[in-house]
Amino acid sequence: MISEPQKFSVAIVDMGMGNLFSIKQACSYVGLDGFLTSSQEEINNADAIILPGMGAFGDAMDTLESLSLVDVLKKSANSKKPILGICLGMQILMTYGTEFGHRAGLNLIEGHVERFQNPSDGGIPLKVPQNGWNRIDKVPGLSDSWKGTILENLPDGMFMYFNHSYYVTPKLSDGIIATTRYGNYKFCSAFQKGNLIGLQCHPERSGKAGITVYRNFIGIIEQYNRTKNNNRI
Amino acid sequence: MFNIRVIPRLDIKGPNLVKGVHLEGLRVLGKPETFARHYYENGADELIYIDVVASLYGRNSLLDMIKKTSQEIFIPLTVGGGLRTVEDIQKVLRAGADKVALNTSAINNPSLIKDAANKFGSSTIVVSIAAKKKNSGEYEAYTDNGREKTGVNVVDWAKKAEEKGAGEIYLMSIDRDGTGLGYDIELIKSVSKAVSIPVIAAGGAGKLGHFSDVIKNGNADAISMASILHYNYIENNYFDADYSSEGNIEFLKGIKKITKVEGATIPEIKNSLLENNISCRIEEDGHYDI
Repeated sequence: MISEPQKFSVAIVDMGMGNLFSIKQACSYVGLDGFLTSSQEEINNADAIILPGMGAFGDAMDTLESLSLVDVLKKSANSKKPILGICLGMQILMTYGTEFGHRAGLNLIEGHVERFQNPSDGGIPLKVPQNGWNRIDKVPGLSDSWKGTILENLPDGMFMYFNHSYYVTPKLSDGIIATTRYGNYKFCSAFQKGNLIGLQCHPERSGKAGITVYRNFIGIIEQYNRTKNNNRI
Repeated sequence: MFNIRVIPRLDIKGPNLVKGVHLEGLRVLGKPETFARHYYENGADELIYIDVVASLYGRNSLLDMIKKTSQEIFIPLTVGGGLRTVEDIQKVLRAGADKVALNTSAINNPSLIKDAANKFGSSTIVVSIAAKKKNSGEYEAYTDNGREKTGVNVVDWAKKAEEKGAGEIYLMSIDRDGTGLGYDIELIKSVSKAVSIPVIAAGGAGKLGHFSDVIKNGNADAISMASILHYNYIENNYFDADYSSEGNIEFLKGIKKITKVEGATIPEIKNSLLENNISCRIEEDGHYDI
């Protein structure tokens, strides 16, 4: 936008599924220029990328392949451009998915995707998908604080909105920033490894806490832009 | 941990929020956006808009309303009423809804559930069932906002909807709607035991005790309510000059004499759940809201 040059552009990758419009609205609410796109060029030119997604792992990868976006996304990841994967968008950052057999993901984060198998809470069966609000907890032993991460300023144990049947199992020694309990399961609900950020919850549907997450994303984009400009000089 | 969702229901006619009893005698209460924002700020976990007239004229005004809502309210929004085709569904999703509720069109054409679930994902498709108890004790599904009988058994229909790919069932008792007599526990239980997808209980909430009752005894996964919130809001916070001529305050005074609805706020509802050892999301105080 020429009239507002300070706005960062965020390519919301359109894989044809889910409510991308709420992501766009959340971007615009915090002052990001989020736009839906499946164009290689627009994704390359954006300051940051959001990989949204609801639906099936295989369908999402099929779509990315048919749009020739797999390499574009991998290249962006290597260029240190911030990439935020939400829900299925987080899952496809992984090495492979397990829905209908193994299926290669973008392989940007080592690990895979698993389905909840008969989750239960004190013997009472829980439903799959997990559809509703649940807490994100800080990871003990690592940093005591979410400072500098996508979750900065959120209280430990904040409620966020989830809607998923699968969860990721990243092999990260220091990138897992939040876990969530669903009955007898404890899974990684947020990771941040360099410029790659994954959230299993939907911040654009998580009320004010979610808006804070989008504001934090601006800070991460700013940092990326500063580094990029310094390198140029 | 499993957290019960609290889902205010807003019945919409043209540009207005309306409410009736047994889905009839609709009265204008005010602007839906005003109520929606208030419920969002007070801790609603999701919202549901039902276009009760679903006329062609109303459709455009509904799309505008969805758009406006999704610009300022960041919780899941379900929209229902008059959605007949995949294209209709796409339009409301494009306007900013997260899920759609299908009733009449799904009963008339169950493959719509499958088509829509394939295209948008099961988690986007809510099948809404309006139920009435027959003299035999069996529950029958009604369509067209409670006006048309179908002869379809509610439990059979819920199972079929699940099989076709519905992600949730929104289950409302027409007999209890607007009465404040409490949820129809037997109805809710019969369906929640028959399906493995979440069941949202609706119709009849009139006081705090009704919520823990339908969760503990009806196995509801989520609770939806209308009058109990709307009446409380109007009485305590709300005066909309645009609607003063509609006489809604007089309506409220009148309706309070014939129903058993005692007003409540969302925090009061959630506190009552917590007191009954039912988990739900509470808004934490903190500095995150910057």
